[in-house]
Amino acid sequence: MDDPHLFAALVLLAAVTAGLIVVLRRPSRVERLLALQLLGTTTVAVVLLLAHGLALPGLRNLALVLGLLSSIVGVAFVRYGKLGSDRKRRGP
Amino acid sequence: MDFLGWLFISFGIAFFLSGTVALLRFPDLYTRLHALTKADNVGLGLVVTGLVLQAGSISVALKLLLVWFLVMLASAGVSHLIARAALAAGYGTEHGP
Repeated sequence: MDDPHLFAALVLLAAVTAGLIVVLRRPSRVERLLALQLLGTTTVAVVLLLAHGLALPGLRNLALVLGLLSSIVGVAFVRYGKLGSDRKRRGP
Repeated sequence: MDFLGWLFISFGIAFFLSGTVALLRFPDLYTRLHALTKADNVGLGLVVTGLVLQAGSISVALKLLLVWFLVMLASAGVSHLIARAALAAGYGTEHGP
């Protein structure tokens, strides 16, 4: 662990993993979506820290794409996922 | 500059941790959503600020800020969408429906 950036990334990863494990065991699907959003934001931070710590500038592009993709997951879930009993809410 | 960057990164990690704790501990969906999207974006902002202070080149700093800006924009929109969809699907708060 010669670069503290890697350690910081590891701390973030451990925290988000602990949160994910607990939340994924909850019954509600929206709760799982929330966990996924948390994972998305945290992963962006982890990848940015890794880009600095490992001196791999290409990882910053990966962070950019990850940030956008995690938001698309949320939009797709809201648009096409079945959140509950209300099935007719498909409008804009 | 390096030390200042570490200060920001440490604060950012603290915000991420508090966001995770809030997701686990808060009573209902909407408070969790609120805590999650706010604390996480502040955390990401602080981490990005710290990395910008350590970046050493303008282009890298601008790309980091672009990442933060996009994530903030996306997160704000998605949290709004989730809350609206959950409300329409009948999710209540801790005080009732």
